Amino acid sequence: MIYREAGQFKTTYAADQAIFPVVQDRWVVVAAVVAAAVAVPLVATEYWLQAVLIPLLIYSLAAIGLNLLTGYAGQLSLGTGGFMAVGAYAAFKITTAFPAVNILVVFLLAGIVAAAVGLVFGIPSLRIKGFYLAVATLAAQFFLIWLFNRVAWFSNYAPSGTITAPPRTVFGVMVTGPDASAGARYLMALGFVVLFAVLAKNLVRGRIGRSWMAIRDRDIAAEIIGIRPLRTKLLAFGISSFYCGVAGAELVFLYYGSAETFAFDIALSFLVLFMVIIGGLGSILGSFLGAAFIMVVPIFLANAPHMLGVAMSTALQKQIELMIFGGLIIFFLIVEPHGLARLWQITKEKLRLWPFPH
Amino acid sequence: MILDVLHAILVAPFKDMVGAPGFLAEVLIGGVASGLMYSLVALGFVLIFKASGVFNFAQGALVLFAALTLVGLMERGVPTIVALGLTAGVMVVLALAIERVVLRPLVNQEHIILFMATIGLNFFLEGFGEMLWGANVKKLDVGIPQGSFKLGEILVNQLELTAALTAAVLVTVLAVFFHGTRIGRALRAVADDHEAALSIGIPLKTIWVIVWAVSGIVALVAGIMWGANSGVQFSLSLIALKALPVLILGGFESVPGAIVGGLIIGVGEKMGEVYWGPLVGGAIENWFAYVLALVFLLFRPQGLFGEKIIERV
Amino acid sequence: MLLRTLVIGLATAAMLTWPMAGAVLAQDKTMFIPLLVYRTGPFAPNGIPSANGFNDFFNLINERDGGINGVKLAWEECETQYKTDLGVECYERLKTRQGGAVLVNPFSTGITYQLIPKAPGDKVVIHSAGYGMTASADGRWFPWVFNFPMTYWSQASAFIKYLGQQEGGLDKLKGKKIVHIFHNSPYGKEANPTLEELAKRHGFELTLLAVDSPGQEQKATWLQVRRINPDWIYISGWGVMNQVAVKEAAAHGMKMDHVVGNWWTGTETDVVPAGDAARGYKSMTFHAPGHDFKVHQDILKHVYDKGKGAYGGDRAKVGEVLYNRTIINAMLNVEAIRTAMKKHGNKPLTGEQVRWGMENLDITEKRLEELGMKGLMRPLKVTCENHEGNGLALVQQWDGKNWKIVSDWMEPMRDVVRPKLEAAAVEEAKKLGYTMRDCSKEK
Repeated sequence: MIYREAGQFKTTYAADQAIFPVVQDRWVVVAAVVAAAVAVPLVATEYWLQAVLIPLLIYSLAAIGLNLLTGYAGQLSLGTGGFMAVGAYAAFKITTAFPAVNILVVFLLAGIVAAAVGLVFGIPSLRIKGFYLAVATLAAQFFLIWLFNRVAWFSNYAPSGTITAPPRTVFGVMVTGPDASAGARYLMALGFVVLFAVLAKNLVRGRIGRSWMAIRDRDIAAEIIGIRPLRTKLLAFGISSFYCGVAGAELVFLYYGSAETFAFDIALSFLVLFMVIIGGLGSILGSFLGAAFIMVVPIFLANAPHMLGVAMSTALQKQIELMIFGGLIIFFLIVEPHGLARLWQITKEKLRLWPFPH
Repeated sequence: MILDVLHAILVAPFKDMVGAPGFLAEVLIGGVASGLMYSLVALGFVLIFKASGVFNFAQGALVLFAALTLVGLMERGVPTIVALGLTAGVMVVLALAIERVVLRPLVNQEHIILFMATIGLNFFLEGFGEMLWGANVKKLDVGIPQGSFKLGEILVNQLELTAALTAAVLVTVLAVFFHGTRIGRALRAVADDHEAALSIGIPLKTIWVIVWAVSGIVALVAGIMWGANSGVQFSLSLIALKALPVLILGGFESVPGAIVGGLIIGVGEKMGEVYWGPLVGGAIENWFAYVLALVFLLFRPQGLFGEKIIERV
Repeated sequence: MLLRTLVIGLATAAMLTWPMAGAVLAQDKTMFIPLLVYRTGPFAPNGIPSANGFNDFFNLINERDGGINGVKLAWEECETQYKTDLGVECYERLKTRQGGAVLVNPFSTGITYQLIPKAPGDKVVIHSAGYGMTASADGRWFPWVFNFPMTYWSQASAFIKYLGQQEGGLDKLKGKKIVHIFHNSPYGKEANPTLEELAKRHGFELTLLAVDSPGQEQKATWLQVRRINPDWIYISGWGVMNQVAVKEAAAHGMKMDHVVGNWWTGTETDVVPAGDAARGYKSMTFHAPGHDFKVHQDILKHVYDKGKGAYGGDRAKVGEVLYNRTIINAMLNVEAIRTAMKKHGNKPLTGEQVRWGMENLDITEKRLEELGMKGLMRPLKVTCENHEGNGLALVQQWDGKNWKIVSDWMEPMRDVVRPKLEAAAVEEAKKLGYTMRDCSKEK
């Protein structure tokens, strides 16, 4: 009744092809973004911003990156952590070598470095497919982590091997370093993720996205009709690694403050993969939903005993958390194997008809 | 400069090997031993993948759970043989539960969904195992001789010898099982084609329970070997990551592949770390195994013994 | 179908609208210390005794003494699994609870690094006792971070000193082969620069061998060790790496009394899997081992007899190495607060006041005796410039059943370590944009 297309007539092809053809959709998304940018920093507590929202935005960006590669192009990759590490260390090196360069540009350059590395490690994908490729990308993951651990140059010869985000400003506002306020960092992360999400959405609706999906669904047939597998797959790896690289730089500069290679180990790769699969493979919205699920559920479970006033040993709490988390993953996969994005789609379809049953 | 680097990579390590043959033998034996330890874990993966097409990410957690249960029972005074039997029983019950709760509802889904479900299972088992038996490191003592003895100049570790023999026995038993018994044939049929197997009356659910139970018992054996080496604790579940290169190399569906892959990875890893590792600062084991497997994959994308991937347009 | 939708909808609503971590009203007269612990995960075997030590000592202070001068201690555990991101999340969640945290023990070098930049802004003292960023021992640059009683670099120098004692003089070390097997992480690498410096000065051959986390598989490392055939082995490990290292050392025929772990690589859990073969294994420490000190009896009487013991019924574990370490850590926290109260009065203090207390901590032999820790610990004095304090090191040895002290209290080579430390402090502080304070101006 509220959410319907009746009365919305498109008079141009452009209007018909818009990302949100239904006006209500557009309004909701715009309102959400504005609320996120304006209302949230005013209302949210520092804990909420610092420990939940900022990592949520950063992980969403990484999830979008991995979704492009795994969801749209069908190349299962477990090297996400390694590519994020490349972005982080590249950003660190660039900004410490050229402190005058704006941090926004530094992030973009770091993404480009990560993209280049992604291209190199994407080459095996031409020969190897499926789970075998996933395990091959683990080679990238472990090698990159080892490299950053081993070569002291990457951490500017710090005795501990950790990289620390130096204080940097954007338009006069401190956004990185210990003095940056959570609100400023949140807005920066939000800006990046909105921009790149829009870019990604356009990418997947266009020629490149369609060629990725063709490779994913039937790669030999795609090759026959003229889609070049080399270019397409490498492009997927490159762009996906760009996103992951920027996300990695954000992880260190906007969230952690300082990091060692442990922060980018295989657990991170799996975490982002879970986000993508729970959220929905092949869906930009799914990346956000998946990131929200993976981030919010553990924190909720960790806070639940305190909220309910139940005293439980931290060990037991953690173990139950793990069990519930694992159980929820299985539950969601049984209920909706195509992820939360599909659940959302079904909801929208139901909303279209509401209050009528069919 | 370039010549120095080339010399260091291509010549010096080999001279090193030839110069100390006793040590080379030790490295090779060490490589074989650790390779077989990896194979024990990889076998569990292979069994499940062979029969149900599921890449069981939770295999590491199964290894841990089996070892924890065994040690937990033994700590409470249950005699060793009885504990072993009881633990095997627990793994069968676990297999039943997994089939009912995880596999049956997801019967026709894509492989990646099943893979994700096993990841969820992994978390669940980790939390569950720790909750039941505690997070402390536990000593595992099922009577396996622990010391080492010298064969000439070479140091042989008795635990590794036992592990190697166990792996050999296990593989033989599994080979006989798959090729000699009726159930084994049914398993192979299911691995080939679920629907065809169903249509000739093979009960899919029973097969799956059997496969997961057998894999659970293999996990128990692996857990005993690894647990005897480092004590039973959480990190056991991380061994699964070390078994993955073995799987890629050998092929996901091949039992002999798991062994051969294990040997190649084990030996390759150790030789790489000992002879080439110092050139680049060491600790290269983690990625060396994967890179080795990757190189093999480039030449044989389905692994050494895996089924050839036939793609239809 | 309706039920399912309802359940999903309710769950989502609950998660999105839960009250945003409101601070629980502070009770009168308590001070809050968050405890970052790891009772699950790969490092749990080391984390559990550590967490229990804190709990038991704080309980002791509350039960036996009624708090510190009437102000009771409140604490809350938060599970980090030794992971940095969880540690940061725990810190952020707990720092405003119960009136605000005054002090935090991160119990992980990785988490410490993350929290160091936040400390001055949040006004929370970071006590990384015997771990963390060694450079933060220079209090002029890092007023909010303390790592007494000793840092890793000092420990490494004490280790070399011990070797000198064993070999009959530091000059006898020339030409000897020493191997450092370390966890491939910032923690593990800490000792390397100092060891390299000392290798140059005293002429011993140093080989550094990294073990990748978690260190479950160390065969290649120990093959190399066998080839080198070293005179002494130093191990900087944590978690499963410790157990495997001790086992492999024994299995490869090393002389166990020439294998020395650092103070995080020498506790009961580390020698358990190796069994008898681990006899003779040594480790560094900065306190004595044992369960028969007066403080243990107090804990058993006032905490365990009242049923509040962290180990529950398992009293035998009271007095394990890591347990002792954290009761000392907790004691240092408590004494710092007590010192601060002498200046600011017997009331719940702020982070800034506790910081002053930490900086002016002076534990005398007499005080140790009053605390029931005579012989367990040495007197300690902290100053503004030296947040490492003047702690001394000790070497203990496992005899199959217990750890026993096998050396005298050793002074680290402060003349070697301090200049490097100061240089590193300048570097690290520059990254964070700090300015140096002038200690003479403050008192």
